[in-house]
Amino acid sequence: MTAARHAVSDTFVLARRSLFRIRRQPDLLIGYTVQPIMFVLLFVYVFGGAIRTPGLDYADFLLPGIIVQSMVFGGFVTALGLAEDMKKGLIDRFRSLPMTTSAVITGRTLADIGANVVQLVVMLAVGLLVGFRFATGPLEIAAGIALVLLVGYAFSWVFAFLGLTASSPEAANAYGFTVLFPMTFVSSAFVPVETMPGWLQAIARNNPFTTMVNAARDLFLGIDGGNAVWGAIAWSLGIIAVFSVLAVWRYRRAVLR
Amino acid sequence: MPAAIEAEGLRKRYGAVEALRGVDLRAEEGSVFGLLGPNGAGKTTAVRILTTLLRPDSGSARVAGFDVERDPKRVRERIGLAGQYAAVDENLTGAENLEMVGRLYHLGRRAARARARELLDAFDLAEAGGRYVRTYSGGMRRRLDLAAALVARPPIVFLDEPTTGLDLRSRISLWDSIEALVAEGTTVLLTTQYLDEADRLAQRIAVIDQGLVIAEGTPPELKAQVGGDRLEVVLADGAQGDAAAAALAGLARDGAPEREDGVVRVPLDRRAGAIAAAVRRLDEAGIAIEDVGVRTPTLDDVFLRLTGHRAEAEEEAEAR
Repeated sequence: MTAARHAVSDTFVLARRSLFRIRRQPDLLIGYTVQPIMFVLLFVYVFGGAIRTPGLDYADFLLPGIIVQSMVFGGFVTALGLAEDMKKGLIDRFRSLPMTTSAVITGRTLADIGANVVQLVVMLAVGLLVGFRFATGPLEIAAGIALVLLVGYAFSWVFAFLGLTASSPEAANAYGFTVLFPMTFVSSAFVPVETMPGWLQAIARNNPFTTMVNAARDLFLGIDGGNAVWGAIAWSLGIIAVFSVLAVWRYRRAVLR
Repeated sequence: MPAAIEAEGLRKRYGAVEALRGVDLRAEEGSVFGLLGPNGAGKTTAVRILTTLLRPDSGSARVAGFDVERDPKRVRERIGLAGQYAAVDENLTGAENLEMVGRLYHLGRRAARARARELLDAFDLAEAGGRYVRTYSGGMRRRLDLAAALVARPPIVFLDEPTTGLDLRSRISLWDSIEALVAEGTTVLLTTQYLDEADRLAQRIAVIDQGLVIAEGTPPELKAQVGGDRLEVVLADGAQGDAAAAALAGLARDGAPEREDGVVRVPLDRRAGAIAAAVRRLDEAGIAIEDVGVRTPTLDDVFLRLTGHRAEAEEEAEAR
């Protein structure tokens, strides 16, 4: 019992530490919020006119997709933070303390949820300004918000693994973007999947991002996504299960050199 | 007295490099144990093993009575570590750093805050406590790092080259802090490449070179290994060396005086009266001298004698 209580407390102490960093480096927060705003505006006003989304305003179609995408990339702060920590002596200090070993990572991923909430609020505000409207009740909206935060949390673990595997913070960033960026685009996030060539449709339909975006559209707009909500939850939990084990394994390996 | 730190046969290899080749250590409770050696001797590897950060390839170690491999958590509850790379978070204030460490030792929030304030006062950081660490000077960071190691009042503290790279004033201020710590009964294992630092702080010293402990003892014992006090006479005429050595033979403790160019060195039995006696004997023999003095060996002599090379590059430069 004591061990579990300490693990939770250690995680919160280190999450606080990560969030303090944003307070000290406000430019991080600007990158966090300005970039998604820019994407919303670019897609709605530049590409939106050329993309046909039958039965839906493009702003309505886009926003759940772009929210899921930014939640997914919110975790890159974890990759950067861990990659930086590993280079400095601070990890030695943490490891010489009687704290829970994995709290160094769980603290970071928990802090990402906090940062993702900020991002989500900004994106919804901008979305409402450009014409996005919820079409469901408060319960579904709340469930949708919880779901996209869960998706973001899952990918924080992917980024934690990348941050602990890459040789430098820059490399971690590069891995994240080269792997995840195309994956978010070959999905239902920005365009209807039906408009893609047949072979790509097959990929897009089986892409977990498509499932997650469809789940968000289901909960925010009431567009029936079939089993998308359950699928998105299952994917998120599966990603957390696999990548938390991988991240902790990498961490132990890296520090016990 | 029980041992606070005990290690037997520690070995660690990194690829082709053997960092430790069978190291035994034993530090008594309440003492300062110095691990002295040049860069790359294996000091940091030894500290990392003793603080549970690294596993040895073979050998075993107990800290505060607990095995570092089998019981790492118990060991961590009883140690503090301050390293040569000040392990503090630059994006937090000094006070926040200490509070964070306190919380990770599972002190309550209030206790952690109170302890942080106490340590900031003790380490002369009270005014800087609210500032971000990235604005601190090197000496301030080291003091904060040392303070962080002491948050939980651990009975055993490891200091890995605590003053490397600091200016003299910061070094002396850190030495004072370490001495105050020992006065409270804390056991300290200190690694250093500075001979004066080990001499001033440590009750026992292990000299480590290329992964092996090559000598161990109190500072006076180590100095005695080099032969104790020596009389050094610089002759006015180098050709009179043999005559001078013969005249001084009666003062030598054991063996004959050594000769080197115009200098005669005599190992002494007793320091008192040695200069007067030497001057008298040489005067009687009609040998003129330029200089005469008694030299007490330093740890640097010990190092040179044991390893064939000097411990510090700077001192080598100064010696020329």
